[in-house]
Amino acid sequence: METLQLYWWAVVSLLGALLVFLLFVQGGQSLIYTIAKEESHRLKLIALLGHKWEITYTTLVTFGGAAFASFPLFYSTSFGGAYWLWISILLLFVIQAVSYEFRNKQNNFLGKRIYDFFLFLNGSLGTILLGVAVGTLFTGGAYIMDKLSIIQVDSPIVSSWTNSWHGLEAIANPFNLLLGLVVLFAARTLGLLYTGTYISELKAKCHKLLKVTAPAFVLLFVAFVVALALRTGYTCNPQSGVIEAVKYKYLLNYLELVWPLVLLLVGVVLVLLGIGSALFCKKESCFISKNTFYVTGAGVVLAVWSILIVAAFNNTVYFPSTVALQESLTLAKSSSSHFTLKTMAYASIAVPFVVAYIAVVWKKMTDKR
Amino acid sequence: MFYSSLTDASRLQFAVTAMYHWLFVPLTLGLGFIVAFMETRYYLLCKKAAKNPADSLSIQNNADFWLKTTKFWSTIFAINFAIGVATGIILEFEFGTNWSNYSWFVGDIFGAPLAIEGVIAFFMESTFFAVMYFGWNKVSKKFHLASTWLTAIGANISAIWILVANSWMQHPVGMHFNPDTARNEMVDFAAVVFSPTAISKISHTISSSFMLAAVVVIAISCWYLLKGREMEFAKKSIKLSAIFGLCSALFMAWSGDNSAYNVAKTQPMKLAAMEGLYNGEKDAAISIFGILKPGYEQGSDENPFYFNIKVPKILGYMANRKAGAFTPGINDIIEGGYQFEDIDGNEYTAKSFKDRQLNGKVAIKSLELYHFAKQQGDTSKLAELRNILQDNFKDFGYGYLKTPKESIPNVPLCYYSFRVMVGLGCYFILFFIASLLLLRAEKRGGKPLEKRKFLLRIALLSLPLIYICSQAGWVVAEVGRQPWTIQDLLPVQASVSGIKASSVYTTVIIFITLFTALLAAEIKIMCTQIKKGPHVNEE
Repeated sequence: METLQLYWWAVVSLLGALLVFLLFVQGGQSLIYTIAKEESHRLKLIALLGHKWEITYTTLVTFGGAAFASFPLFYSTSFGGAYWLWISILLLFVIQAVSYEFRNKQNNFLGKRIYDFFLFLNGSLGTILLGVAVGTLFTGGAYIMDKLSIIQVDSPIVSSWTNSWHGLEAIANPFNLLLGLVVLFAARTLGLLYTGTYISELKAKCHKLLKVTAPAFVLLFVAFVVALALRTGYTCNPQSGVIEAVKYKYLLNYLELVWPLVLLLVGVVLVLLGIGSALFCKKESCFISKNTFYVTGAGVVLAVWSILIVAAFNNTVYFPSTVALQESLTLAKSSSSHFTLKTMAYASIAVPFVVAYIAVVWKKMTDKR
Repeated sequence: MFYSSLTDASRLQFAVTAMYHWLFVPLTLGLGFIVAFMETRYYLLCKKAAKNPADSLSIQNNADFWLKTTKFWSTIFAINFAIGVATGIILEFEFGTNWSNYSWFVGDIFGAPLAIEGVIAFFMESTFFAVMYFGWNKVSKKFHLASTWLTAIGANISAIWILVANSWMQHPVGMHFNPDTARNEMVDFAAVVFSPTAISKISHTISSSFMLAAVVVIAISCWYLLKGREMEFAKKSIKLSAIFGLCSALFMAWSGDNSAYNVAKTQPMKLAAMEGLYNGEKDAAISIFGILKPGYEQGSDENPFYFNIKVPKILGYMANRKAGAFTPGINDIIEGGYQFEDIDGNEYTAKSFKDRQLNGKVAIKSLELYHFAKQQGDTSKLAELRNILQDNFKDFGYGYLKTPKESIPNVPLCYYSFRVMVGLGCYFILFFIASLLLLRAEKRGGKPLEKRKFLLRIALLSLPLIYICSQAGWVVAEVGRQPWTIQDLLPVQASVSGIKASSVYTTVIIFITLFTALLAAEIKIMCTQIKKGPHVNEE
């Protein structure tokens, strides 16, 4: 059972990591007022990103679905509690989906500028809020949770938030906000690399902006990793179920598990290699190019994956309750049954096949630009 | 009061999102295949032109016609796709934000189809949609055609998984209640996927979506004929869609009958509400149309109808598939005591509401005692309490209900919606037959379709009717199963999240404003595209 819970956390985390990589679409959108001020450039940028937004969107939906199916108590506690945070994220993604299809159509009711603004909002605020939501895996929420509440006929709510901010307070948490900014700058860096690769007129502008964005991303990321390493986490004794605070819990997780540390280091090296090459290499092939985009992207996936792994592996409490520590969530407490996890594990065999056809289509659609 | 208001707000929010979502989805489910048929025609003609150099020019002209037709309907598909996806993501996340108790109580079973839908179907649909819409000059004709088919298939597989999840809520199977975790857990995935309710819901919903798409294509084509434009395009679109629509409509009628039988056996209260049937009958008559007395209370001796036109015996046969069987009404279901045969053929005496309420309370109490005994380390009682819980679990949700009235859905809404759905469904079967007969008459030298202005106007007016028909179907399905989120196991008031009703009403207002703006944008864009016609080379 434990293996299956770890497997599914790894899968959900990998989906989350892939989602952060695919947020390059959002990163590109956040640049429409910066690198694509002219309509001709904007049209090209939107056409470029418009071929890819569905993949990001689908990954977000699948990430939600997989979290729901494998860790329903997390899904219900976080979504039902941090209501306004999740509703804001949803609204910011709803306005994105229609903007690509509607923007360039005649008589589109709201006008081009509004759809541009929708894309910008989704690209900037949407990515920050997604980062904030992920940050709550470490900082937790003000919830109480009692599975037996279901027997209280007049008030059978299993988990509920104890403050009336319902998730808005997560945005004011500096750690969450820092992660939100890391996600935004990761998305913008990847967005610049992708745009610069495929729109030759914008390459110079992308390069210029990358000189600011990429170092900002690296600095914010380093600040986040330091904050994570210094952070006090919580561990759950697998025998007694008692939860207690552990100083430097996430640093210890890295040192005890080792392989997430390897993932993180490889990720960081790839990111530095990718953006370093894009910024300083004089050769056309390694300047802003397909290679620098994919190398940086691979680095982002590995780094984010490793961060999400240490959030819950090694008996770590994820999404801790800030008001009732012992009611906090662990993988064991919040997961679906063995049967469901096993059934879905069979379904997950289809994933490599899905990745393969996405790769084929991606290549065909991108290379012939 | 707090929970009642919160429940109403949560129901309103989900209903609004679902109804908006369902404005866009059925068109994409059916139009995907219509476009795929058109593109297949184009592809085959291109191949034919390559093999017959002598006639290649005329064949190529024909192929170009189908390419133009395919591209036009693809554009309509794409406009709907985006907004369908946008409203769909809200539905998925609303299970967490607004129905968090539900999500925990049954997430073990309900979440799996949603996750599998994402991995297996939604990726297929969205990946190949990008090729279908943007890939005309980037991939080969063959790859493009395959992508169009895969988009249509992906969209429909996606719908199948969602309908599996919905069917499970209406007829929970393949699970057991685990007292240790205090929630339901899946034990038989195949039973969830292949339940009779899932099969009938999938066949009925998807065929109705095909029918909707066919009506939309025909109505738009008729507008061209009325305007005297795009004659060939319009007539060929009508022919293809009418054949597709008629096949779908006949299948839908069959699946509707199957669905009614299923409802009778698994949700008898829903069937009774659909029929406005308060007092059950042997060989029950079906109501063709009647007017219900407003404010009629269950248990009253009065006739619930001002008037009711009925056809004898039909309902009894539909609900039981045999003569001489009893179909319970709302009063019977509340009072119990009649003989009932369930979907598996087991016959038993139906329990009254009071008995079920008592069983529910016993189940809930035994869960409490089970955990108390566990805490006290009294293992001797655990097995006994577990057995009591399992014996009464079928009625678990009744423990949350206070009065029989709470177990009855909104009868007038179910009754009238059902008549709207069936009435319009029958009309559309005739609509497709008429479309095909008129095209055939024209081919044999009769009056050209474009001259039949009156009929063309009726076809155009049928466009909103098919949407009303489709929405009415979901109203019957979802209002009819109230008060249950999971039939007999969890009522709506025990399914909600611990948030303020005012928060939910605020999001309802935001959603309605946003969705209405997006709907207005969609309709304006669609109308503009239609006015531009199939000449446009959309890329």
